[in-house]
Amino acid sequence: MPMLEVENIHTYYGNIHALKGVSLKVEEGEIVSLIGGNGAGKTTTLRTISAALKPREGQVTFMGMDLRKHRPHDVVRKGIAMVPEGRRIFAQMTVMENLEMGAYTRKDKKKIAEDLEWVFELLPRLKERRRQVGGTLSGGEQQMLATARAMMTRPRLLLMDEPSMGLAPVLVEAIFDTIVRINKEGTTILLVEQNALMALSVANRGYVLETGTIVMHDTGEALKKNASVQKAYLGME
Amino acid sequence: MSTKDFDWKLVLRSGLLGGAIAILLSLIGIVTGFNETYIIYKVITFGELLVLGPILAFSFAALRRTSSSDSGVRFTTGALAGLTSGLVLLAFVGIGQVINLRAVFVNASPDLYAMLSYNQSLPIGMLLRLLVSGLVGLIVAGFTLLPTRLKQALGQGLIYVILIGLMGRLIGTVMTNWGFVSLLFEWMFASSGMSFLGAIVLFLLVGGLAYWRAGRPKVKPRLEPKKQQTVRWATLAGVGLVLIFLPNILGLWFSEILDNVGLFILMGLGLNIVVGFAGLLDLGYVAFYAIGAYTIGVLTSPELGFFNLTFWQAFPFALIVALIAGVLLGLPILKMRGDYLAIVTLGFGEIIRLLALSDWLKPWLGGTQGIQRIERPVIGLGNFTIELISQQQLYYLILAGIILVAFIAFRLRDSRLGRTWMALREDEDVAVAMGINHVATKLTAFAMGALFSGIGGTIFAAKIGSIYPSSFQFLVSINILSLIIVGGIGSIPGVFVGALALMGLPELLREFAEYRYLFYGAALVAMMLYKPEGLWPEARLKLELHEDEIPPPGDPVPSTEGS
Repeated sequence: MPMLEVENIHTYYGNIHALKGVSLKVEEGEIVSLIGGNGAGKTTTLRTISAALKPREGQVTFMGMDLRKHRPHDVVRKGIAMVPEGRRIFAQMTVMENLEMGAYTRKDKKKIAEDLEWVFELLPRLKERRRQVGGTLSGGEQQMLATARAMMTRPRLLLMDEPSMGLAPVLVEAIFDTIVRINKEGTTILLVEQNALMALSVANRGYVLETGTIVMHDTGEALKKNASVQKAYLGME
Repeated sequence: MSTKDFDWKLVLRSGLLGGAIAILLSLIGIVTGFNETYIIYKVITFGELLVLGPILAFSFAALRRTSSSDSGVRFTTGALAGLTSGLVLLAFVGIGQVINLRAVFVNASPDLYAMLSYNQSLPIGMLLRLLVSGLVGLIVAGFTLLPTRLKQALGQGLIYVILIGLMGRLIGTVMTNWGFVSLLFEWMFASSGMSFLGAIVLFLLVGGLAYWRAGRPKVKPRLEPKKQQTVRWATLAGVGLVLIFLPNILGLWFSEILDNVGLFILMGLGLNIVVGFAGLLDLGYVAFYAIGAYTIGVLTSPELGFFNLTFWQAFPFALIVALIAGVLLGLPILKMRGDYLAIVTLGFGEIIRLLALSDWLKPWLGGTQGIQRIERPVIGLGNFTIELISQQQLYYLILAGIILVAFIAFRLRDSRLGRTWMALREDEDVAVAMGINHVATKLTAFAMGALFSGIGGTIFAAKIGSIYPSSFQFLVSINILSLIIVGGIGSIPGVFVGALALMGLPELLREFAEYRYLFYGAALVAMMLYKPEGLWPEARLKLELHEDEIPPPGDPVPSTEGS
């Protein structure tokens, strides 16, 4: 059984039919990338999975649980964490406090301290800046903080929405290195990206979303070599 | 003096603006209105100060923009800016002689012209006015050439003389309570404003003190921790003592003001939780104040005769009712944000007021006649009981309420719940994604805010003894919100400062009669322009706005890469 199974979901914003039957699967231990242009429905898919939006039709099953029955703040407790688009850290809180917010649902202080150490080891820059307020961090550091904050929830599945958005190329690479490391240490990742090249390079499998429907599905490598993907998303003729 | 350092345009602009503002103040009517109000008796009136003030301010502004330190340039700049202002006034009086400005401007009276020309015949008077204006500019220029330490001393001395001169009557009401001090008062003050000698003594005293303080080394020697602890306790004890004896020191009239300020602090602390901590803009906050007050009224008033409880018996009920009202208001608006929330809460506040006013609920709430003969709180045990009636007695009840509520607010801010409110304020979606139950969190914020406001309402009812729907106008909500913003949103000490500034200051400005709200409004606008973060901003906000000023503790590593 796959870890996450999305079956034929239809999500609406009012009367706007945003997702027209999206289905995808994420197996435990994978990195799965969901690529697509503006307005294709990538973020909507993530928000539907995390129960922030309710699909009118279709199923979202995570580890055998029907996610549609849960309220958005409960989904975290089930093991799904989200790194939102545009970073969205708590700007007036320090780095440390942001990370503590990540561990909001957890009670075991010892485990939290261990995870904090782990996060600091993974992203040493955050340790240096742990007493600084989030708003004063650079864009790259904020993205690291948002990722670290999500990791502090101890997720089994990490949803990442456009982690490379608005970052310099050097930093994009650093972020993707971090993603791969997090995955190697045991967290499954579902990644939504406009930067298709990077997203497909790190992914085991990829889905291509266009105007609310999945139009293609293959391994990351295969999609990278696919002519129409190259033309539409990788800027190659 | 080199001509290229001299900025004609600057001088002209400053002079014209100074003159124009002096004319504006004249036409509003405050110049003639305060021509009998002396700052220093028989030397200068407040009206004259309002004419000279803008001239002084703008020649000062011109000099501050003049980079040249050449005394010739500076004196010319100051004098010419002042003279320009004087010419503007001259032109104004001249036009006033030819055209009857009074048809449009009621205050362009012969009195005003006489005052502007120092009660002399027009040519001599206006020449005098011109000379005085130029002289003001010259003096300002001389002032800017002084060493900083002396400048500070002179400036402070002057400001204190003006403020204390203006507040003379007010200070008098306090000082005459005290035998020997009243003698000092009589010597320092005249029938209006300060006496000449008093002013000079005060000026020298304040100026000398400022001069001496500026000369001391800036860095204070660090006390050892144990001593620091002692100093802290001593300060706390001192503040406590002052707070205990404040109503006796200040007398009845000031106690009334203190009580009002205190009630607003209570409500401000509550609204600060809703708006400051949780970021939910609530414009109907007066509703909970009304609910607290009316619950006490209904339960205690023998006039209505339902329950006839004592104040303290009714008190817990009032709190519970306010709390429930907070949750009830919270429920329908959980999904709303920002402006929408503000409108709905505004509606809620009006509904509560209109219900109290309605004929429908008149048998219970008294309609327009309100509720009279509300029970006063009685404290004490056995035979030693006191009924709290006078402002001075009620002060202690309010003080106790503030201490309790402020303590709770401080604890809440630093608690897990406080952190949760903050996360919700900053980004609701992300907060939910972190597993925060936004429904429960918002409702607790509303409930706590309502509770604190309810406490304020109960004391208000007990203080006045009778309540009417008209006491719970929308304006009260706006006042509380303004005091939070002026104090610094989200800041607990800010609530105190804001309440003192917004509720206390207008009372102190009573001297200025109908113009006090003019000054008050001007002060608010200036404040928002120059100190938008508030008088006592929250440390976090300051940290974010002025990150460069505070070195991060630990091991600061400068950012080497941007994004």
